[in-house]
Amino acid sequence: MLSQSLRARLLMAPALLWLTAFMVVPCLLILALGFFRRGIYGGVDYTFTFENFRLLADPLYLGIFLHSARVAGTATLIAVVVGYAAAYAIAGAPRRWQGMLLFLAVLPFWSNYLIRTYAWIVLLNREGLITQGLRMLGYEGEPPSMLYTEGAVIVGLVYNYLPFVILACYAPLSRLNPELAEASRDLGAGAFTTFRRVVLPQTLAGVAAGAVFVFVLSIGNFITPALLGGGKFQMVGNLVYAQFLTANDWPFGAALSMVLIAIMMVLLMAQAWGTAKGMGERNG
Amino acid sequence: MTRMSSTLRTLLTGAALAALAGPAFADLVISNWDGYMAPDAVANFSAESGEPAEMVVHATNEEIMGKLIASGGAGYDVVFVSSPFAEVLNNLGLLEPIDPAQVPNLSNLYPEAQALPHDPGNAFSVPYAWGTTGLCYRSDVVSPEPTSWKDLLAPSEANAGKVTLLGTDRWLLAAGFLARGYSVNDSDQAHIDEVQADLTAAKATMLAFDDTTFYAKLVSGEANLVHAWDGWCNYGIAENATIKFAVPTEGSDLWVDTMVVMKASENKAGAFKFINYILDANNHKWAAENILYKVPNQPAMEGLAPEMLEQFPNMAMTPADLTKFEQLRDVGEAMRAYTKAVTEIKAAQ
Repeated sequence: MLSQSLRARLLMAPALLWLTAFMVVPCLLILALGFFRRGIYGGVDYTFTFENFRLLADPLYLGIFLHSARVAGTATLIAVVVGYAAAYAIAGAPRRWQGMLLFLAVLPFWSNYLIRTYAWIVLLNREGLITQGLRMLGYEGEPPSMLYTEGAVIVGLVYNYLPFVILACYAPLSRLNPELAEASRDLGAGAFTTFRRVVLPQTLAGVAAGAVFVFVLSIGNFITPALLGGGKFQMVGNLVYAQFLTANDWPFGAALSMVLIAIMMVLLMAQAWGTAKGMGERNG
Repeated sequence: MTRMSSTLRTLLTGAALAALAGPAFADLVISNWDGYMAPDAVANFSAESGEPAEMVVHATNEEIMGKLIASGGAGYDVVFVSSPFAEVLNNLGLLEPIDPAQVPNLSNLYPEAQALPHDPGNAFSVPYAWGTTGLCYRSDVVSPEPTSWKDLLAPSEANAGKVTLLGTDRWLLAAGFLARGYSVNDSDQAHIDEVQADLTAAKATMLAFDDTTFYAKLVSGEANLVHAWDGWCNYGIAENATIKFAVPTEGSDLWVDTMVVMKASENKAGAFKFINYILDANNHKWAAENILYKVPNQPAMEGLAPEMLEQFPNMAMTPADLTKFEQLRDVGEAMRAYTKAVTEIKAAQ
């Protein structure tokens, strides 16, 4: 008979091997690449240097990181507020509808990301559906420029990642014991106080998970800023893309992507740690 | 007798299979931009020449450069790249000199195309398509007609927010260099700084950077005036006859896309045969007729229908006119300054 732990290890082995070969090793290679120099004509000159990481502190690149964080942060905030409200409504709907409502919320994932982003171009452009709709209602004059703005980028990010928040918040909301809220109201708390002191604290893990998902996916995104921002906004993802595909400075691109990966890992670990701690408290 | 013939047949079939399997292993590999030559060009070439060949695609010069530099050119026989990149590949020693004896159709090239500044005499590259960059606009809404790069960088009130610029490093900076009367290959840091400031300021009055759908924006009415390659402006003209192309009075660049043979190729004779096949007047004409880019092939261009030149006037630009413009060249180390400037322009708020 196999011991419990040996069997667990055997079952884990294929997944671990897969992750090591196709995730850990490539990441280490990228990390190593960050310490070399770009050859004059692109390619890699294998001379050791810290230059690429030093360059990250350059106000230009630091500014792009901060700007990306601001855009991703705004998108996260909006997605969490809208997504939480939607999840709250779904969790409060009659049981038999909930499956259908969740299905509708994730429906957009069944179509291609690029196509969903292009759909926004069709909607928002100056001669687009929104403008045509306004014209039909009798609006005359120069339509506002909605596309190729930072707002359009944020709208695109929120739209694409909202389902993550809905799913992440729905799970704890649906498990919430309704008797707790009743007890809170019986003890004299208003609706807002009940929400703030009873409902929200118990579903915070879901909010955190959803927020981290949106932030991490947004800060590294390069398609949405390129298409909806009209290339007028550089986010870190665009910068990495440019280093690998147009500037041919792979070492600097590697250094940039390492910072991005580090930010993601810190956030994901903090979220995992927070969740584990929350669970420990509840069980303990 | 029957028995023998069947044995013979088996042997022959075996030999034929071996023959098929042999060259298939060393198929000619041709890398080109997607849709930049006839979809059946490679198959027709193989049928005609008996050389098995396959086509692979690259999306940008930079992408194929990364692959070629990483592999030393191994795995590729003929590659289509823009001339500054052909220069780099040649400087790196990755290119096989073109053997004119094996490419007799080189004589179809215009004399100007045989004396291009980046490679006079076609020593290491053979031009495939060429053209210039300029102003593509809706003549029904833009008035007066645009004549200057400044019409793009500092548009009139009516056109503000309705212009797009090419976002690719070389062409974006070229618009700035040309507006100030500098060379498109300028490597003077002070000039690069001035142009960077101009282009950063231009962001306030532009709609977007666009390298791929600018002509569609003209057609839809989203944009009035766009920075465009001549051939791609033709795609807009094909859909809306009020769209016109103009070269600014300050002049423009000459860009040349070329075919090169890799030194690492194991079938250089086959590679030359392929280039010769493309340079055939009829085959080369396909590109002009279907991609709407000018090709540097005299009999091919002379075979174009007059109605086509009427519909797309920039197809009728002569080689003498085109080569008056300064050709984009490899700028070596200045490329870093170019890339930095473009990154800063795009990141500026």
